[in-house]
Amino acid sequence: MNERKLMSGNEATAEGAIAVGCRYFFGYPITPQNKIPEYMSEHLPEVGGVYVQAESEVAAINMVYGAASTGAYVMTTSSSPGISLMQEGLSYMIGSELPGVVVNMVRGGPGLGNIGPAQSDYWLATRGAGHGDGRCLTFAPFSVQELYDWTGRSFTIAQTYRNPVMILADAVLANMIEPCRMHERREHPKQPPDWAVGGVREGRPRHIINSLYVDLPEEEQVNLRIARRYEQAATEEVHFAEYGHEEPQILVCAYGISARICQTAVQRATEAGVPTRLVRPISLFPFPTDIIAQWADRVAKILVVELSMGQFVEDVRLAVEGRCPVELMSRTGGMMMMPEEVTDRIVQMAQSD
Amino acid sequence: MREEVYMAGMGGQGVLLAGQILTQAAMLAGLEVSWFPLYSPEVRGGRATCTVVAADEEVGSPAAGHPAAMILMDKIAVDNHLGRVKSGGLVVVNSSLAGEEFSRDDLRIVPIPANDIATELGGERAVNMVLLGGYVEVTELVTLEATEQALREVIPQRHHSFLPVNVAALQRGAQCATNQIS
Repeated sequence: MNERKLMSGNEATAEGAIAVGCRYFFGYPITPQNKIPEYMSEHLPEVGGVYVQAESEVAAINMVYGAASTGAYVMTTSSSPGISLMQEGLSYMIGSELPGVVVNMVRGGPGLGNIGPAQSDYWLATRGAGHGDGRCLTFAPFSVQELYDWTGRSFTIAQTYRNPVMILADAVLANMIEPCRMHERREHPKQPPDWAVGGVREGRPRHIINSLYVDLPEEEQVNLRIARRYEQAATEEVHFAEYGHEEPQILVCAYGISARICQTAVQRATEAGVPTRLVRPISLFPFPTDIIAQWADRVAKILVVELSMGQFVEDVRLAVEGRCPVELMSRTGGMMMMPEEVTDRIVQMAQSD
Repeated sequence: MREEVYMAGMGGQGVLLAGQILTQAAMLAGLEVSWFPLYSPEVRGGRATCTVVAADEEVGSPAAGHPAAMILMDKIAVDNHLGRVKSGGLVVVNSSLAGEEFSRDDLRIVPIPANDIATELGGERAVNMVLLGGYVEVTELVTLEATEQALREVIPQRHHSFLPVNVAALQRGAQCATNQIS
């Protein structure tokens, strides 16, 4: 199936999950991601899947928790306030070492906010998953095609690391329509993983899925095991892309929809005489620290562009470790910068260098 | 090559659909393309806008601060957005609702009485197709034939009884734009 089809980001996300065998969806409506549950409710029954509209986000994530403990390919999707409500459940999933896929189509916030594009859940996604010593592996696609591809890939990654994976996107990526190439839909894996619950079979010990460890040293061992998986992910699942000049004066760092805007801005700045390059993290946790550190030694300045008042910029600064100045360009509250404004800022930075 | 076209009008005029049809036509032409909508929650009477960006390489930004082309479907759209068009840019305007007097003289403005033409064709709701036909005719992005093909593919089968009037609207818009230019 190499033909291209126009799809919205929401539809591509939903189809990307079904196409790799996801057969269980639990969610609760919230704009701007409602097209995902709508698509799932229509298409999961076609493939023998289960769609449940839960009574709340808290219920939805706990249904995901239950399905995940049987080894099922399961997902939920929501938007910022809904993801806040899911934090406790996600923490329990991490503590119970369970895979699952959660998509956050971020909206303007804080509070109920609005349905405009935002990237203000960066901390929530990369630090969070509620309380305790765990995190979500987090990926940030930046096109309809990548929403399809990365949502699909997330199920395998979640199973490999026995940890929830979060896909972080926004209202523009959710609603925009672009051509998408899809593969044939695959079946749900027949064989459950060897840790899954599902009725005691002859000869195997009972499986218990739980995050309660009253024995302190045992909890420490569990947390060390989880931490080792993150270290492993940092060697296997660091993803980024680069665009623009080979010997840049200015490096731009942006992810998701901001990176789309910067792709155009960087090209125009280079054409305007300021050699500029874009490094775009695709994996946000694990973070592509090394590539940013390498460029930091070779450029005059770094510009971070994000739709929040400064969250992603902290990871960039941790990678740069003071090697060069890092400036921040923000829009917030559902507003978005235009490529022309980013180009102007790059040129201005080069001139004041 | 990178073409940006911004479309704006009131909810119910078919701004978003016109953009989707152009997007489909660009995809059929083998281009990379993105369609990005911004609209208020009202079904009718609110404001609706979309941006279509087509390119022969990766699209990059799906949004543009100063697009080189616009299709403006009513007076409010002209008042709100004409100032943002890139100097030298193209603007296809629905002159039935926005008149023919404009505040800028550095643009290529193509006024098309889209409501009058649509009413004449017996399809009041085909205003968007009249204007899209005009835009397609005066730009090189996609052909009128590809746009007609895209229309057939985007409109669900159950609405195909409306195809003839919409195809006629595309053609009349194109004709009107040609006359304007010559």
